[in-house]
Amino acid sequence: MATPVLDKADAAGRPEPGFADSPYITVTFRVRRFNPEVSAEATWEDFQLEIDPKERVLDGLHKIKWDVDGTLTFRRSCAHGICGSDAMRINGKNRLACKTLIKDINPEKPITIEPIKGLTVLKDLVVDMEPFFQAYRDVMPFLVTKDTNEPTRERLQSPEDRERFDDTTKCILCAACTSSCPVFWNDGQYFGPAAIVNAHRFIFDSRDEAGEQRLEILNDRDGVWRCRTTFNCTDACPRGIEVTKAIQEVKRALITRRY
Amino acid sequence: MSTTETTASGVGPVEGAPVYTVDNPAPLIEAPRKRTKKTPRSTRGNFELAAWLFMRLSGIVLVVLVIGHLLIQLVLDGGVSKIGFAFVAGRWASPFWQVWDLLMLWLAMLHGANGLRTVINDYAERPNTRLWLKGLLYTATVFTILLGTLVIFTFDPNIR
Repeated sequence: MATPVLDKADAAGRPEPGFADSPYITVTFRVRRFNPEVSAEATWEDFQLEIDPKERVLDGLHKIKWDVDGTLTFRRSCAHGICGSDAMRINGKNRLACKTLIKDINPEKPITIEPIKGLTVLKDLVVDMEPFFQAYRDVMPFLVTKDTNEPTRERLQSPEDRERFDDTTKCILCAACTSSCPVFWNDGQYFGPAAIVNAHRFIFDSRDEAGEQRLEILNDRDGVWRCRTTFNCTDACPRGIEVTKAIQEVKRALITRRY
Repeated sequence: MSTTETTASGVGPVEGAPVYTVDNPAPLIEAPRKRTKKTPRSTRGNFELAAWLFMRLSGIVLVVLVIGHLLIQLVLDGGVSKIGFAFVAGRWASPFWQVWDLLMLWLAMLHGANGLRTVINDYAERPNTRLWLKGLLYTATVFTILLGTLVIFTFDPNIR
């Protein structure tokens, strides 16, 4: 009874490449390769793939890694747009490879895939995220309250108060925004949009009591005032967070606190 | 599951000798945002806040001042052909135009200098380049502001 139904289903669902009704098209993936153990130079490498355009860029990268060249290195964990591991520069724009369909990015031309900018490339598409997370840690992304005792009841919050910072709770720390910021590209000392978004999430939380401290941290020379409102971060965010707006709200909070 | 013998760490035998051992550890990659002696001190105080606010406010005032200036100088009452020593002397006889021009000079110079300062901060990568460019910028700014102010206050229409 253990019938091999797999073959049938496979034949029905996936016509051979090259046939008239085949959903498969030929796509060129132009990947930025870098291996410090081989060469100090990064180079472009082209891969030709037969792929359904309704699949994602990540599926194409999987095809390359699993079937063509196992040395291709990239990060991905959940592959469904939640973990934030696979942010990369696809056709010159920061996106999550797992949320970008091939049909949406003009598969007729070669699709360029690079590591995100402004962070040290370790290998191929993998960058050192440490500066990014250092900036994140610097803004104290955790609830701070003045009373040191264990709370005896829930910290209640009205729906309106919750709504105030709802947008910035969506961040998945993929670094697409920070590594799309031209100010961050320069010297990497700027806190970057992601850190400010996560500070915003607590500054405007009615339950948190360290807003002042966080504002003081972001009042730094490399804090919010280095933002040039280029909106690259808002365009890059795969979660649709209005990043630039959040940064502006932090600026406004700083100004209204003083004057 | 007792399949084959594996090493204690659960990693099977790999080809050749391992690249890194206890005696030959993998190179340590220094955290780029780690605090070192060269890292700029975090700044206390509100200079950046004030500079940011100044840019917005002076920008608004400059729109009025500069458009007014251009209208008077180049458009109204005969246009550019009327401008001469007498015209300038006539305007600067009034304290109103003195204050107008003085305000325009100071705001425009500080606005421009502050803008260039942020451009230098954004684009000059080496601390030395930054230092020199900013030094040049501040010198030029102070020189222009002082010279302009001097001229406005000591202007003598009877000069020969």
